[in-house]
Amino acid sequence: MTGAGIIERLAARLALGDGAFEADAEAADPWIRLPGERLLEAAKFLKSDPELDFDTLHCLSGVDWPKADPPAIEVVYHLFSLTRKHWIVLKVRVPRSGGRLPTLEGVWKAANWHERETWDLFGVRFEGHSDHRRILLPADWPGHPLLRDWEWPDTWHKIPVKPGRQMHERAETGQMSGVGPFD
Amino acid sequence: MDLIGTLGRNQVALTTVNAVVNWARLSALWPMTFGLACCAIEMMATGASRFDWDRLGLIPRATPRQSDVMIVAGTVTHKMALRVRTLYDQMPEPKYVISMGSCANNGGPYWQHGYHVVKGVDQIIPVDVYVPGCPPRPEALLYGIMALQDRIREKSLLEDPRPGRAPAPMKAGVEVSAA
Repeated sequence: MTGAGIIERLAARLALGDGAFEADAEAADPWIRLPGERLLEAAKFLKSDPELDFDTLHCLSGVDWPKADPPAIEVVYHLFSLTRKHWIVLKVRVPRSGGRLPTLEGVWKAANWHERETWDLFGVRFEGHSDHRRILLPADWPGHPLLRDWEWPDTWHKIPVKPGRQMHERAETGQMSGVGPFD
Repeated sequence: MDLIGTLGRNQVALTTVNAVVNWARLSALWPMTFGLACCAIEMMATGASRFDWDRLGLIPRATPRQSDVMIVAGTVTHKMALRVRTLYDQMPEPKYVISMGSCANNGGPYWQHGYHVVKGVDQIIPVDVYVPGCPPRPEALLYGIMALQDRIREKSLLEDPRPGRAPAPMKAGVEVSAA
């Protein structure tokens, strides 16, 4: 099915009228932007509908849009059907702080780790997630580092996080700090 | 072996305690078996038959309690830094550290934007030898090992093994010197 066909079928099922949603069927990866409260319904339909049969969640990622109106985190779902060989991209916008979405773990198991990563790096909560911990960063890491306004801490457990001036000078002057085959 | 081979029965060889102890230490540097990133692949190649660090007396140990040298092969993330420090604390003295590759030396490609990478493993543990490269070839690591052996050869039993750099014991998190 073409991107336009998929978008049309999904919009008809969700009873989204013309102009009630954004979509681009001509993009390299055709996409549709849904309101967060319709996400779970849409995902279940895309997975279960025999014509669409989106059996694979290829990627789940986040995008920070601090200058958008209103500022938002966009969670992007790349879906693929192994049987139908077609693609669709779902986009959902949530507020930049305290954003919440339903977990899609129950639809595609692959969502589990990806949602943890999106929580880790963007701070989006996924309600109903079975194991909602950080996945990459330490459990006590401050904040969510892929947010554009995230500030580096000076230290973490007394270890300097920022490149220090002394460290910088040592690197700039090429001061030899050890031995190597090319010294 | 040569010396012992030339000695006949009832003959005596004289040397210093320093020379014998240093010779023993540098001839059996047991590294701890652990690698952090792509440098570990080169480290494994260094240990395998083509380069064969057994020739230098290196036998990897599976526990820090039996290890003399820690080869920090790869990117030290902040999450890993606490573990690396714990492993270092578990090693018995005398202990040595080889920092292998750009990431362990100073953060390497993660210097500017790598919020998750420690800017050099020497921020958390004292380093004896830095081996540059991204990753260093096995020849470079072997050179680093031999450089460490040269350093050990010059040490004296009476001197502090790490003057001014003695690591503080780990309490809550990692203690880092003010320098």
